[in-house]
Order: sequence, then structure tokens, then C-alpha cells
Amino acid sequence: MYALSLIECAAVTLDTMKNGRKKTTLDFLTVVSIAVGCSVFIFSSWDETHFGKMGSYYINRTFFFDVHPPLGKMLIGLAGYLSGYDGTFPFQKPGDRYEQHNYMGMRGFCAFLGSCLVPFAYLTVLELSKSLPAALLTAFILIFDTGCITLSQYILLDPILMFFLMGAVLSMVKCNSCADRPFSASWWLWLSLTGVNLAGAMGVKFVGLFVVLLVGLNTIYDLWDLLGDLNLSLVMFGKHFLARVLCLILLPLTLYMAMFAVHFAVLNKSGPGDGFFSSAFQSQLIGNNLHNVSIPEHLAYGSVVTMKNLRMAGGYLHSHWHLYPEGVGARQQQVTAYLHKDLNNLWIIKKHDSNTDLSDSSSPVEFVRHGDIIRLEHKETSRNLHSHQHEAPLTRKHFQVTGYGINGTGDSNDFWRIEVVGRRTGKLIKVLRSKIRLMHVATGCILGSTGKTLPKWGWEQVEVTCTPYVKETPNSLWNFEDHINPKLPNISLDVLKPSFAEILLESHMVMIRGNSGLKPKDNEVTSKPWHWPINYQGLRFSGVNETDYRVYLLGNPVVWWLNLFTIGLYLLIAISTAVALKRGVQLTSEHKELSRVVLCGGGQVALGWLLHYLPFFMMGRVLYFHHYFPAMLFSSMLTGITWDTLLKFFSQFLSPSTKARRVYGVGILALILLIMYSFYLFHPLSYGMIGPMASDPSSPMAGLRWMDSWEF
Amino acid sequence: MLGFLKNPVVVTAEINLNLVVLTVMGLISRLWGLSYPRAVVFDEVYYGQFVSLYMKRIFFVDDSGPPLGHMLLALGGYLGGFDGNFLWNRIGAEYSMNVPVWSLRFLPALAGALCIPLAYQILVELQFSHCAALGAALLILLENSLITQSRFMLLESILIFFILLAVLSYLKFYNLQRHSSFSGGWWFWLLLTGVACSCAVGVKYMGLFTYMLLLAIAGLHFWHMLGDRNLSNVSLVCHFLARGLTLLVIPVAMYLSFFFVHLTLLYRSGPHDQIMTSAFQASLEGGLARITQGQPLEVAYGSQITLRNVLGKPMQCWLHSHTNTYPIRYENGRGSSHQQQVTCYPFKDVNNWWIVKDPGMQQLVVSNPPRPVRHGHIVQLVHGITTRYLNTHDVAAPLSPHSQEVSCYIDYNISMPAQNLWRVEIVNRESDTDVWKTILSEVRFVHVNTSAVLKLSGASLPEWGYRQLEVVGEKLSKGYHQSMVWNVEEHRYGKSQEQKEREVELHSPTRMDISKNLSFMAKFTELQWKILTLKNEDTEHKYSSSALDWITMDTNIAYWLHPTSGAQIHLLGNVCTWASANIAAVVYTCLSLWYLIRRRRKIYDIPEDAWQLWVSAGQICVGGWVVNYLPFFLMEKTLFLYHYLPALTFQILLIPIVLQHLSDHLCRSLLSKSMFNALIVAWFSSVCFAYRTFSPVTYGEPLSVAELKDLRWKDSWNILIRKQ
Repeated sequence: MYALSLIECAAVTLDTMKNGRKKTTLDFLTVVSIAVGCSVFIFSSWDETHFGKMGSYYINRTFFFDVHPPLGKMLIGLAGYLSGYDGTFPFQKPGDRYEQHNYMGMRGFCAFLGSCLVPFAYLTVLELSKSLPAALLTAFILIFDTGCITLSQYILLDPILMFFLMGAVLSMVKCNSCADRPFSASWWLWLSLTGVNLAGAMGVKFVGLFVVLLVGLNTIYDLWDLLGDLNLSLVMFGKHFLARVLCLILLPLTLYMAMFAVHFAVLNKSGPGDGFFSSAFQSQLIGNNLHNVSIPEHLAYGSVVTMKNLRMAGGYLHSHWHLYPEGVGARQQQVTAYLHKDLNNLWIIKKHDSNTDLSDSSSPVEFVRHGDIIRLEHKETSRNLHSHQHEAPLTRKHFQVTGYGINGTGDSNDFWRIEVVGRRTGKLIKVLRSKIRLMHVATGCILGSTGKTLPKWGWEQVEVTCTPYVKETPNSLWNFEDHINPKLPNISLDVLKPSFAEILLESHMVMIRGNSGLKPKDNEVTSKPWHWPINYQGLRFSGVNETDYRVYLLGNPVVWWLNLFTIGLYLLIAISTAVALKRGVQLTSEHKELSRVVLCGGGQVALGWLLHYLPFFMMGRVLYFHHYFPAMLFSSMLTGITWDTLLKFFSQFLSPSTKARRVYGVGILALILLIMYSFYLFHPLSYGMIGPMASDPSSPMAGLRWMDSWEF
Repeated sequence: MLGFLKNPVVVTAEINLNLVVLTVMGLISRLWGLSYPRAVVFDEVYYGQFVSLYMKRIFFVDDSGPPLGHMLLALGGYLGGFDGNFLWNRIGAEYSMNVPVWSLRFLPALAGALCIPLAYQILVELQFSHCAALGAALLILLENSLITQSRFMLLESILIFFILLAVLSYLKFYNLQRHSSFSGGWWFWLLLTGVACSCAVGVKYMGLFTYMLLLAIAGLHFWHMLGDRNLSNVSLVCHFLARGLTLLVIPVAMYLSFFFVHLTLLYRSGPHDQIMTSAFQASLEGGLARITQGQPLEVAYGSQITLRNVLGKPMQCWLHSHTNTYPIRYENGRGSSHQQQVTCYPFKDVNNWWIVKDPGMQQLVVSNPPRPVRHGHIVQLVHGITTRYLNTHDVAAPLSPHSQEVSCYIDYNISMPAQNLWRVEIVNRESDTDVWKTILSEVRFVHVNTSAVLKLSGASLPEWGYRQLEVVGEKLSKGYHQSMVWNVEEHRYGKSQEQKEREVELHSPTRMDISKNLSFMAKFTELQWKILTLKNEDTEHKYSSSALDWITMDTNIAYWLHPTSGAQIHLLGNVCTWASANIAAVVYTCLSLWYLIRRRRKIYDIPEDAWQLWVSAGQICVGGWVVNYLPFFLMEKTLFLYHYLPALTFQILLIPIVLQHLSDHLCRSLLSKSMFNALIVAWFSSVCFAYRTFSPVTYGEPLSVAELKDLRWKDSWNILIRKQ
């Protein structure tokens, strides 16, 4: 298949370069890129287990949690649904066979979006440089880059993200070129398409923020330009301004929120993601124990409650008969945070100074108020929540929290002051909605969960401490979740139903915290941003051993190194052009046009590359090789523009124009052939390798392991 | 001949009395009662340790920054005759008599005082009036937080001094640029800019922000020069080279020189040795060097060695084995090979010794002449005490089930063959035939059968493994990581008993002196890398705050509390100044935007030269505030209020700029002008009032409980009130 398409490619390229039939070229490119992009592969690989599973969740309508916004996974789910996938494949570990499951719809969808990148890039470069060969060069780079092919073959978010990202860039560029006829139909079309694509990019991954930034900067520049145009009245300027606010801010925002609305509407069953969210949120999910229950609204003495920590995946305040081991603080009963629902999570609220049995139905109901001093008795073991100045088991600077006393009789270290955040003394405490903190009366410390896992003796539950640092963090805030008090009237939790804005905000907080929680472990080898442009190390998609069918995500080294070299070259060209212009060197009209392409067209693309690459240096989370691919798209476009300009510039020195044209054509063709040949060498990386590893001289890939860090 | 005597010798001196008076006031405010309290105040407990170590010439690593600041503090100690004998363990501990408190605190206080004339000069160089300059200097003088921070052995005041010096020198240089390029003064101020920048970076990495700002401004100014058609290309190149030399080359050289002095001063081994590589440790006097002196350089077949993991995290450790075996079943039910445990042990021990053996030969001694081991050779490693072979096989490791278990092989006769061949790969080799060298070579051991790499997983084993660190065979080695690299630390050529006499005369081992092998650049690179990557466990602190709290001063830091009375010292700013600085920043931004948009529509509200002044003042002051403040939102370390002080200084400089602009351009009528002046007087007296009110907690004057309660203007402030 490849050999055939290669020959065909070359033929048509030459043809189009002669005739300049842009339309056919575009159609042809799309077909080729789809042909190259598709291949059948019957194992689930790498992150497919992740995103494929989430597609299944949508089909099964079970709630889950992921650190990315929902659009990408919803589209995968939709593609699966439309192609007849029933959502039953478990996606347990990479390398599982798909067997009879219908997965091609999801794969095909991603591959199709991945193939669209090529025509998008082609059109963008064509628009920026007005040069067909530059656009072709870019298109060929993307068609024949093994990395792009591999990445778009599988059920991943990246092809979807890159589709929207390139869509946004293309529409932005198109819109810029419509600037001479503002408010025309095509102008409106491209402007609103930009907005739609921005929403799409943001809705797939937060990395989409960088393209929002790019479009934002472009718009500001654009508006600044219009403002300086004194022929334009302020009213007209206001219209321009409002049009952009409408299409680039309001429209994407609405779409983005609509995405979440669909997400929450589709996922209405309780699932694995419940624990990450607050109690109020959970009450929305069918099957969750908080769904449709009715409990008393205000906390009273004698109530039996569970307390949930407000940090993400915080767990319930828990205790059990087991004691802290010898040498870990005082040898008293353990108090931990436990993520699952359990009878040992139940606590009874008592007054600090009396131990009367409040469950007696004759005694009057007395509500707990903000600022009261209370005692929490563990229901199963009848010990009091207790703290003292012994150091906590893991966080040495905090105090240990234990269960103490027999049948509710303890000492003054069992007294806690209950405080609601942001309330004044005397207010009642609401179940689920009040954020409360418990301050230890004797030492002034605050009950909190550190999030560290206790060793074996603590059943790998989470450490609970009393922190002397009085700070308002979710670690030290709790809410009451279950609430049992027969003397109080139950109210339906529907009144607690969070509004859409609250849900949206909460899910964003959870996603952001989840993202920043993805920290590399100490001795883990992680991918560093500086590895990426030099193609230092790939990512194993599937297959480890010699007998496996192996796919390895690695950029085509020739293409990537050409890109890297071109970035340096571009900097040099751009600086010398800018200095020449600043020094007032007289330029011919052709040179003026070239310098415009380099500074404006190339500048936009280079800015895109910077925006999609530099921020990764500042990120603390775990990074992967595939994070570079959006930047790589920009870098490829830059390569097309730069080489085209460079060849044009040098061929202009040759006097007869036919000779100049020939030199220029040969240059472009040589680059394209180089890229094709390198693809021929490296195509097994994406289409699968079988046989010995490349370090073995008998492997077909043996001579191609140009860097020791590549593991194929 | 004596003609020159015809004219009298005249010296005309022009003294700006403003400056003199301000400097004297600054010195008084910063130096008054400097040695009170005679106790460890806040971070002195931290910096003091380093001063002591400098006095004793003991090597240390401080991850908080480069060494210049510490060295300056130590200089104070040196001048005061400090012998370094003080236990810096507790804030509030009384200083013993041998600690020269005054001279230790003198340099920071002096630097803090000199910031006042610098601020004055900066405003003058920005071409604002002397009245505005006086205002700026007075605001700095009356800023309680700057006073507190200057009066102790802390680095911020020194940092601010160098930052302001750099800004001032650049402005002087830029103003000279117009009429006298390449003159003596031009060179002097340009050079001073570079030097001050490198000193600022050398004190704290925060200085980098201002350095970058000045580089950007210099770049911008040069870009404008490019547009000047009167300048020839040659002179432009000269300008460019002069700037490159002074603003890039010299700062880098200075920065290196700080480390050179640092490493020259500290030549003794000390508490932080184990963070560094063996080669570095061996270059220090005492410590490892004592052991390694005179040991043979080249590892040969039959060598007895200890192997240290290069990573040094979570702690330094050596490859270790002991007679105990892995438990047959772990707690989670997985099985093991039940062979002898191999761990990484953080202490020196006789069980850390291994013998390098040639798989083809039986002998465990070094032959004559010694056959050195080279890159790519295949060896067996024999545990010295138990003489078992280092082995790995396809059994999951105890704590990292994705990796292979590493053991010392015991033949149980259960068809589990020994797989004990390892290929030596020297990571830092210069050629493929390099010899494996003691201390200097960093080596990976690649298992021949499974191509697993010997690795420290970082997890510590449970009770059965005596909490030692787990060592595994990493099958899917994803490239280079220090946890897979080992180096030989102790080394001797093996001699068996009967051969002993022959062995003695067999050879004289290659003597080596590692410290000579390690160049300054190698030491610098390693130390710099360690400083940048060393991560302390994120320490929670009672007075830590978030960057957002700083603008509104929602937080304070209690520095010191008198053990009996209510006297206490707090880092607490002048409320009035902070508020006005914020307002000034807002006014500046809004006005600039307004002017900018109007100018775009060709409406000019203020004359062009006033606009230029306004912009250049903003570049420095707003720019300085932004670059010194915003980066903290991206940082994940523990933050304190004092991190805001450099940004605050720039923001304070903005107040008189905005005020003068308002009075010059917006108060058109005489009446409004005099109203405005009256307002300024009222405002300034409120600044003085705030200074007076908070000066007791700035200088640590005793206060009653009622007075302390009165000072608690904000609920979030933590003023310590003793329980009666």
C-alpha cells in the first residue's frame, strides 16, 4: 500500500506543481493522509485502555472522573455508539485482545480526525505564505511523520485535540485574510468557526488553553491595528470589538458549558468517579447512596453522622478497634480517613459536659451551633475522638489523633470546638452544605487529613492528624454526609441540589487538583520537555517482547531534526530580516513580500510553537512525549514556510528566471523525497514491528536505531 | 617650570545635603540598637549555621540559593572575630558572649540603609523632581517591613540593595548614552550594572528576575538605536559587543567566581557530604578522602569494592547483602525466590564489600599485572562475606512487582539456574575501551540474560529487610536515570592469605589524588546542579503565606518574642504605604491604558517628553514589581511575606512618580494644585503615623497586652499575646 501511494504521490506532486491545481491537490492530500493513517491493529494499546474505557462509560452512562474536560471522551463514546460498540469491553490492560468487540468505529473516528490535520495545515500554510510548494512541503511532513500517524491510529484524545487546534488556527488565518471585507458572510463564518474550534480544543484537554492564548493575542493585535486606523469611526470599531467578543468569547463559553451540561446529563449513574466529588454532587447520581435520600437538615446533639474530608478523594473520618503500634505516639486506638462507606465511619455527637443518653425520645432536641464545644464518640467502639501533643505517625509536625476513653468517658482532650467556615457564632450547622472544622480545645490544633497513606498496621488507610497550623485548606475542612436522628424531620436532599454553575465550578476544581496531583515519583524516569524536539525518546504503545507485535511512538527522525534545525534557521532569518528593515535597507518588491511572509506568517506560527512548548517547562506534573505533538504541528508549518522562503530568496540571485524556478523546484522536491524515503525506512514504527529488538543485528530495524535512547 | 603653581589648587565639591541627611537618617533607623535582641531571631537560626560552617571551613550545601549572600554574612562574622562556636538550634535562644551580634547584623543593616539614597537617585535619574525623589526615599525610610528585614542577619536587604544598585547604574548609563558614549563614566556605569546584577543573582536566585528585566530593557533600548540611521553599522556592532560583554559575560564570570571562593573557603568535609558524589567527597579534607587516599585507581578482576548508588536519594547507600533470605511469601501473598537478600544500605558496613570476578576464572585475587575491567566487559560480582554471586531472574521484586528481584544466588536445586553475569557499562566513558575507575567512573550493570539494569527503586523494605532500601533489576529501562548508576567508592586489590607475602611486593598501587582530578568546573557543575535539584520535603510553616496575601498584607511573621515581657518583633509593613503603593499601581495602569488608547487615535493628552518619562518610569517600577511578584504564583515552594519585599520596593518607588504626574498634568488650576499639595501632606503624615504606631513591633520595644491588642488591625495578623 505504501509503495503504491508513494509513487502516486510523487507523480501528482510534480503534476500539481506545474499546473497549480490547488483543489485537486487538497483532495488528493486528504485521501493520502487517510490511507496512510489507517491500519488495522487488534490489540488495545497504552492509553487506549484509559480513553476507550471512558468511551464505554458514556455508553453505559456511569459517572467517572478524569483530569481532562469531557468533549474528547464524549466524541469517542459517540463514535463508538454510532458504530455499534456496546461498551462492554473491559479495557483492563494494554495488550488485551479486542476479540469480537466492535472497536473500529472509535479508532476510525480518531484516525479520520488525525488525517484532517494534513489538509488543515496545508490550507493554513497556503494562506500564510501564498505559496503552494510551502503548503505541500508542510503537508508531506505531516503525512509522513511516523509520530503523527501512530498517535492518530488509536483511541486517544490527542488526534481530537489537534483537530480542533488546527481548525482554530486555520479559521483564524482565514478570518485574517477576510479582513479587507469585514462583516461579510465568509468573515462571520470563519470568525465563528474559530470560536467553535476554540471551545472544542478547550473541551478536549486544558492544553487547548494555549491555542486560546494564540487566538487571543492575534485578536488583540488585530483590534489594535483597527484602533490605529483613523478612517474607522469609533462606532465601527465598537462593532468590530463586539463581533469578536461575541464569536471568540461568548460563543466558545456557551459551547463549553453546553458540553459539560451534556456530560452531566449523560452520566447520571453512580460509578467509579463518585468519591472525587462532594456529597451534594453525589446526591445527583442514580445508584449513589445519597441519591434521593432524605435526612434531617440541621445537626443536633445525639445525631449519628459521618464526616467527609473536603480534600479531593478525602475519605470519611474512621476508627477501628486496632491500636497504634508500639513507638508510634501513644498506644491508643487508631483514627484514620477511609475512602469507602463503612459502619466504622459513624460517630455520635455529644455535649462535652454531659453523657446523658440523648436518644431518649422524651428529651428535647438541641441543635449544635457554630462555636459549640462538642465531643465525638465513635459509635462502634464508644471511644472519643482525642488528640494530644504526641507527634502524628507520618507528619511529624502535627499531633496524633486517637480514639480514647471507655464508653464515652474520657478527658478534656476529647473536646473539640465546631466551627462553620464563614459563619458567625450561634448559627445552626447544615448537613452536607456547611464546611466545618474541628478545633481541639486544649491545644488549639485543627483536625485534618494529610492524604498520606499509613503503612500496613494502619490498613493502608489515610493518616488523620491535628495540625497546629491554623490555615484554611481543604485538608482541614469537613462536612457531614450521613445524618441519622429519629427525632428530627427528614427533608429531601433535592433542596440541596447544586446549581449547574456550582457543579461546573466543582468539577473544574477537581480536574485542576487532579492534574496537579499527577506528580512524578522520586525514582521514576520521566520525559523532560527538552527531550521532545530532539526526538530523544519515544513512547512504547504496545508490545514489549520480541514475539509481540510492537508499536512505538516516535517521530520520523529526519522530519523532526529538520524541524529542529529549521527553528534555529528561522530565528536567524527573522532576526536578520527585522534588523535589515529597521536599518532601512532598500528592498525589491519580491524581497518585501518575502520578508512579510517571514515576519507575519512565520511569526504567527513560531508564536504558536512557543505557546505550545514553553509552558511545559513550568509544569510540575508528569509529562509525556505526546505532549509535544501540538507544538510539532506548528513547527512543521514553520519548516514549510521557512524553506520555501529560503529557496525563493536564493534562487532569485540566479538571473534567468527559468533557471531560478528550476533550482527552486528541485530544492523543494529534494526535501519531499528525503521525507518520503525516511518514512519508508521508519514506517514499521507505526504500523507495527515483529521480530527481534533493534539492538539485535538480525532485526530489520537494526541499522535504524540512531540514538541509544530509542527502544524499539 | 613651576607654572602650574600659578593657579591655586581649587576643589569644588557639590554635596546634595538631601542625600546626606537621608543617608544619616537611614543609618540611624537601621543601625540603632542593632545588637538588641541578643537572641536568635527567626531565620538567623538558618543562616547562622552557615556562618558557623564558614568560620570552621566545613563544606555544606544550601538549596536556597547561591553562596554570595552567605559569604557576605560570614564576612561580618569574620570581621567581628566570630569563631563559629554557637549551636543554632532554636529561635529565641540567647547568644553566648563569643557571638559578635553587632557585626553579624551590620552588613545587612548597612545595605538596608543605603537603599534610601539609591531610591532617591533612581527617581532623579528617571528625571523626576527632587521633591519626588525625596518622597520616595522617605517612604523607603519609613517602611517598617524593610527596617525589620534589614536589622537582622537576613539576605533580603542585601538583595534589594544590589537590585536597586543595578537599576540605578543602568539608568545612569542610559542617560550618559545620549551625549557621551564610550566615555569613562559610560563604561563605569555599564560595568556596575553587570556587577550589581550578578551580585543580586549571587545573593538569591530572585535577583534573576530583575536581571532579566534589565536585559529586556537594554535590548529594547538597543532596538531603538538600530532604528537610528545616524549611527554607523560599525558603531552599532561596538555598542552591541560592549553590552554583551558587560551584561552577559561579566555577570557569568562573577557568578562563577562566587562559587570559586565558596569552594576554596570550604575545604573540610561536613554534614552535607553524602549529598555529593564520591568524587566530590573525596576532594574534601577529612571524611571520605581519608579512606580513599592511596587506593588503586583502576578496578581489576579480583578487586574488592564497595558500590555506591549515584542518585543519593532518598539517602546515600551502598549495594549490600546479608545472610537473610527473602521471605517465601510476602504479606500480599506473592512468592519470592527465597534467596539471599540484596539491598542498598545507608551505612558503611563490612557487608557492603563485593569482589569483581572474571566469569572464566576461579580466582578471587588480582593477578600480576592486574587485568583492568573495561567498558563492556562481563563480570560476576561476589559478595565478600558470604561469597554468593549477585543474581537476578524473572521473579517479581518485593515492592516493585514490575521489576525483577535481585538476590545473591543460593542453589536450591529447583531448576532455577544461576543468572549471575553482568555487563559493565561505563556511563561517563570517553571511549569504548575506557577502564573502570574508582570513584570517577559511573557504571551501569546490565544483566546479560535478561538485559535488566541494576537499580535502586527508592522504596524501603519492610521489617524482614530491616527497612533497608530495595534494589531491583529494571527490565524496561527508560533511558538514563541516576538510580541505575553506581560508582566504586572504596577499593583495594584482593590478596588471599597464602599469597599475601608475594602480594606485598607485587605492585605498588597507582596512587591517586582525586581532588586534583576534579576540576573547578566539574565541582561547580555538580554543586550547582545539587542546589537546583535538591528538594527538601515541603515544609509546612506556621507563618508561610500565599502570594495573594501579600498585596493586602493579610499575613505577618513573628520574628522574635521576649521570653518574659510582651516585647516582640514582627515583619509587618507600613499599612499606609502598602495601600498607597497598590493604589499607585492601579492608577498608573489605568492612566497608561487611557493615554495609550487615546494616542492610538492621535489624541495627545500630555506632551511627548512627559509621555516618554512616564513610560520609562513604568518600565522600571511596574516592570520591577511584576517580575518580582508574579513568578511566585507559579512556584510550589513554601512562601513567606519577606519574598514580596523586592517587589514592594519597586511599587513604593511608583508612588511619588504617580503623585508628581498627577500634580503636573492633571491639576491645572492653582487652587487644585494647592489642594493636591495639602492632600499629599495629610497623606504623608498618615504614613508617619503608621510608622510610629508599628515601630514598637519593628524595634522590639516592650508593650502591654492592651497595646498589643490595639495593634492587631487585621484579624489575620498573628500578634502574640501572652496568657495572663
